[in-house]
Amino acid sequence: MSKLTDLNLAQARDGLVSKAFSAVELTQAHIERVEASDKLNAYVLKTPEKAMQMAKASDAKIASGTHGPLEGLPIGVKDLFCTQGVRTTASSKILGDFIPPYESTVTQNLWTDGAVLLGKLNNDEFAMGSSNETSCFGPVNNPYQGANGENLVPGGSSGGSSAAVAARLGVAATATDTGGSIRQPAAFTGTVGLKPTYGRCSRWGVVAFASSLDQAGPITQTVRDAAIMLGSMASFDSRDTTSVARDVPNYEAALTGNIKGLRVGIPKEYRVDTMPAEIEALWQQGMDWLKQAGAEIVDVSLPHTKYALPAYYIIAPAEASSNLARYDGVRYGVRQEGVDIDDMYANSRAAGFGDEVKRRVMVGTYALSAGYYDAYYVKALQVRRLIAEDFNRAYEKCDVLLTPTTPSAAFAVGKEVEDPLEMYLNDVFTVTVNLAGLPGLSVPAGLDAHGLPLGLQLIGKAFDEEQLLRVGEVLETAAGFTTRPNEWWSA
Amino acid sequence: MASNPNLIAGATGDWEVVMGLEIHAQIASQSKLFSGASTEFGALPNSQVSLVDAAMPGMLPVINAYCVEQAVRTGLGLKAQVNNYSVFDRKNYFYPDLPQGYQISQFLQPIVGEGAIEIDLPDGAVKTIGVERLHLEQDAGKSLHDQHPSQSFVDLNRSGMALMEIVSHPDMRSAAEAQAYVKKIRAILRYLGTCDGNMEQGSLRADVNVSVRRPGDALGTRCEIKNVNSIRFIGQAIEYEARRQIDLIEDGGVVQQQTRLFDPKNGETRAMRSKEEAHDYRYFPDPDLLPLEFDQAYVDAIAKDLPELPDDKKARFISDYNLSPYDASVLVSEAENAAFFEAAAEGQDAKAVANMVIGSVFAGLNKAGLAIAESPVTPKQVGQLVGLISDDTVSNSIAKEVFEMMFDEGPDQGKDAAVIVEEKGLKQVTDMGAIEAAVDAVIAANPDKVTQAQERPKMAGWFVGQVMQATGGKANPQAVNKLVMAKLGLDS
Repeated sequence: MSKLTDLNLAQARDGLVSKAFSAVELTQAHIERVEASDKLNAYVLKTPEKAMQMAKASDAKIASGTHGPLEGLPIGVKDLFCTQGVRTTASSKILGDFIPPYESTVTQNLWTDGAVLLGKLNNDEFAMGSSNETSCFGPVNNPYQGANGENLVPGGSSGGSSAAVAARLGVAATATDTGGSIRQPAAFTGTVGLKPTYGRCSRWGVVAFASSLDQAGPITQTVRDAAIMLGSMASFDSRDTTSVARDVPNYEAALTGNIKGLRVGIPKEYRVDTMPAEIEALWQQGMDWLKQAGAEIVDVSLPHTKYALPAYYIIAPAEASSNLARYDGVRYGVRQEGVDIDDMYANSRAAGFGDEVKRRVMVGTYALSAGYYDAYYVKALQVRRLIAEDFNRAYEKCDVLLTPTTPSAAFAVGKEVEDPLEMYLNDVFTVTVNLAGLPGLSVPAGLDAHGLPLGLQLIGKAFDEEQLLRVGEVLETAAGFTTRPNEWWSA
Repeated sequence: MASNPNLIAGATGDWEVVMGLEIHAQIASQSKLFSGASTEFGALPNSQVSLVDAAMPGMLPVINAYCVEQAVRTGLGLKAQVNNYSVFDRKNYFYPDLPQGYQISQFLQPIVGEGAIEIDLPDGAVKTIGVERLHLEQDAGKSLHDQHPSQSFVDLNRSGMALMEIVSHPDMRSAAEAQAYVKKIRAILRYLGTCDGNMEQGSLRADVNVSVRRPGDALGTRCEIKNVNSIRFIGQAIEYEARRQIDLIEDGGVVQQQTRLFDPKNGETRAMRSKEEAHDYRYFPDPDLLPLEFDQAYVDAIAKDLPELPDDKKARFISDYNLSPYDASVLVSEAENAAFFEAAAEGQDAKAVANMVIGSVFAGLNKAGLAIAESPVTPKQVGQLVGLISDDTVSNSIAKEVFEMMFDEGPDQGKDAAVIVEEKGLKQVTDMGAIEAAVDAVIAANPDKVTQAQERPKMAGWFVGQVMQATGGKANPQAVNKLVMAKLGLDS
């Protein structure tokens, strides 16, 4: 038998249920691997004792046949999810050593189903970033290194999650996606990233970045694992008004492998001038794979795509500027005293927030200010509506869309951090999906000239994650992505 | 041209004062607008604070359906447009008693739009005041600046409580009108049960916008006096502020748009912040909340359950009980008063009951500092007492005495009026023989006064008084009067 940490989630699940190994053994193997992974900086908090307790409880449940669907499976949790009694920071200094007295709905669903917490995963501060370099805990390194051994970013904001899954530091990880924060890191690390439909997973207890765009989802090794994770993470939650009261289907059962007659739309506006030839080629390859599986390729148009990124960078910072007002040094987190209350606010927020967060709070504050609101925020909302209508029109001609996930493979640590606009371009293929509230899935599909993973993105209809996952699995099978990074970090 | 009594004389001519009010009414609800925390008054500081109220990371607001229903009820009570689609916005500003860093309110699309109410003025006139809108919003917590020499304390118990902000048009032209407006709004809220209207506890407070102008001119620059918490203070604040603005302009100055505070200690308003210092609240739709939508059937069901409101009750009292508009408006100003009156008036002379309720009952309660619900005399007892007047068992003045005895004895030992009258022998003497004997006796004993009275007929009243005294006040005053006049030969 191969190492326990080589198993994907579905394999580990099956092994536990068939009692090939115990949850304690599986968890112990992952804890040891996490302990040896500090060079990646994926985990910002390790919880080995808690993990072992949970694993023991899982073994008892498996023994008594009362186990849940995720029983005994050790996972990592992005540090944006509030975890009761376990420090939660959103990778920001401003939260200090905040220990929530409550558990987010998504993680509670996972624990209820039997999952085991290995620890909290690094991310861009308040999920703002595309490289995991804005974290107060420092950058996460991609398990894949550059051609010359240079460290690469794992994508962001869920960089800790993507790196952890790629390096097998957990059978899966939770993540969140506001403009691409699940799919782009998945593409950069050869993993699967699923952003569900807005409202599919509860936002209760997840530190908010941009409320109308934020959505939790999994990063996993396989599409099947993503289906299993989503089945547990998704729920209607009366504590989140924007969550939607729909039954959670059996996503795993939707993976039939049959996509005959499915119409796959190719949006012509995603063919951007700067796209590298290898990504263009991979996209074409993806079309061919799906066609061979019985799908029909149709050209569609999403004419307002070029306005998506500007609109996103108005709406998301505007909401963020308001969402982050609560971090004021009064009730919890960092407080830096001042001569008066305004001075205390300024000192605390200056000390607690990093540059990228400050930049977005300022952009958002400006966009909402009297005299600018109509020109920026209202305009951006109009664009958002047009983008949603683009998708509706496209879905009259097709069932699912296929695009590249990112315009490039992972880049070197430090390369784009000084140029925010360059960094924002990483989201060019992913933000439209958030603006329209649709589900998106990134599947590892190939390698670039330097041997770095590239992903293809599938975009589905609202609340049709079943079809999205079904197509995703077909794509995954066709691509046969089996590459693993060299384990330079454990040396 | 008739002079307008509302105008204020200045050194350079008359001025008109213009007012609009924003009333903040706390919804009488068990829990807060967006959280399940309790709203009970007077709890220990920070003991009624949920994770949402404290704005912990990742917490989300969920609208309280009961509060929405109360806002709709109030909108209907104000005869206003109820909007089936409204939107919650965030009003962003930093303050320690505002944990989220924003207040959830309604800005562009409130739950209730245009309406109108009628106010009763002291001279009996009625005036219509336009209501611009009513919207739902969260209250802030409370900052306590007097608990520590160098630091402020924050109590979040009030944070997140549900408020209805009721905004009037600038339709008021005197302090008395503004006061009548607040009284009327309060009465409507209490009738509906949507707010207890308790100004001392802060569940009803008003921001008063005041400006002055020459009659007929365009509106002047306004100042907003924040959080005035009694009807008396509203009057004082307006009088002071109007005079301040007139003096300022007449001295060659210009009114600056300002937010001001009323200080009840010296009866003055003082500047809090100017327009330049005003916050840019950066309103935008709250992305945590969906637009508030309901269908017409929901509104109709609430409308069907609406109680009789003060204006309708007043009209009914005038038509059914034949009361004067003034008496009717006094009785309907509080739902409990009106109910007391109606219970007392059952089967009795309603006008006489109204007189006794407004006169004796209200005066007695006022003196004793009691609420109507605590009245030692029950409505039924008041009705019975009025019945004794109607059937000539007692006179009006004896009835007043009897009422005081009943009132002082309190509800436990309280005896019905008929029992007291019987026990104390206060029954009116209607035996004409006995009255005649008493009249004769007084006339016989005072021959000099008889002569005087025959010269100055007004003196007859002295004889009536003597007879009443001799009969212990029990003689029927009209009968005595008639007999005295006849015996003195003064009847024509």
